[in-house]
Amino acid sequence: MYDIVIVGGGPAGLSAAITARMRGKTVAVISNNRTESGLYKAVEIGNYPGLPGISGAELSSKLSMHAAGMGAELIGGRVTSILPVGKEITVGYGSEILTAKSLILAIGIVQASVFPGEAELLGRGVSYCATCDGMLYKGKKVVVVALSPEAEEEAEFLTSIGCEVTTVKTKKIAVNSEGAEGMKKVVSVTADGTDIPCEAVFILRETIAPGSLLPGLETEKGHIKTDRAMRTNLPGVFAAGDCTGAPYQVAKAVGEGQVAVLSAVDYLAHLEKSQ
Amino acid sequence: MSVKHLTASDFYSEIASGPVLVDFWAGWCMPCKMLAPVIDEIDAEAGDKVKIAKVDVDAESAIAMEFGVMSIPTVILFKDGKELQRFVGVQPKETYMAALAPYLTGGAAS
Repeated sequence: MYDIVIVGGGPAGLSAAITARMRGKTVAVISNNRTESGLYKAVEIGNYPGLPGISGAELSSKLSMHAAGMGAELIGGRVTSILPVGKEITVGYGSEILTAKSLILAIGIVQASVFPGEAELLGRGVSYCATCDGMLYKGKKVVVVALSPEAEEEAEFLTSIGCEVTTVKTKKIAVNSEGAEGMKKVVSVTADGTDIPCEAVFILRETIAPGSLLPGLETEKGHIKTDRAMRTNLPGVFAAGDCTGAPYQVAKAVGEGQVAVLSAVDYLAHLEKSQ
Repeated sequence: MSVKHLTASDFYSEIASGPVLVDFWAGWCMPCKMLAPVIDEIDAEAGDKVKIAKVDVDAESAIAMEFGVMSIPTVILFKDGKELQRFVGVQPKETYMAALAPYLTGGAAS
């Protein structure tokens, strides 16, 4: 078990990881492929103090190397669910699980909006997890809305287990259903105006909305609600960076990452005392 | 009581009376594994007041289909054979406990 698990390998998450190691804590950072991030694609960052004109790719690489060099464990993967159990927090990514005593969410800008039909049909044909639900649709027609780099792999997985997969990459999506209230089922997906009949739709975004990732987490207009110490409403859970709100700037993210991890360290100290 | 694994042969008789919380899961599902210890804890706390059970949707696909379980984990609370409440995805223990609360108060088992 790790002292701290960080979800997100951007400036906020890696800043937190570096300070966590400075404080002698064991730490794992789980993140999507960083070359897909907005930061990595930024040609030039003009306002990060001390490093004028550095490219996003270079800053991103330096942050990763710094954190890894300090002994943080960097793990690639898309986190699909988080569950606090007692004084432990379990994080599920891909087909793996890891547990930690505390958690920092540094998941970047989150898409607050959902597609028409998505929320009410969750569990009625809408799924966020191909490895969980794919087997239930063996031999059936499914649509993958591929909005994350790992989505292609998940689509291949669905094909390999015998699903009839149509992959779409648009954000102009509507999920259509039939059936009486409470018994509704997905019957098709409208993508860019075209109807595709299916029994299930796997919506695979780069980040899952924080409230779905960690039920019970308080959010405000899609951002994770925190206090000045970057504490969320859940004990042992902290947040930092773009996911807590504007300004969406590297310097702000790095600062919040540090505040969050110091709060986590403080939380861990109290946890030890109470045992 | 320990969590009972139900099959088509005993599912209907087991849920027929009283409150029964059923966890629909499968071995390939990672979030189901995350939920398993929570279900065990709920079982320990519920004692004999609420039956806690599991259905492996891989082995018992007919039950899963009948109840429209299309995403796992799905947890359904039954009362006297009727579906009362459904939880899709991994939820915190408190969410399930809140649904069971009316059955956990008082001494007598239902």
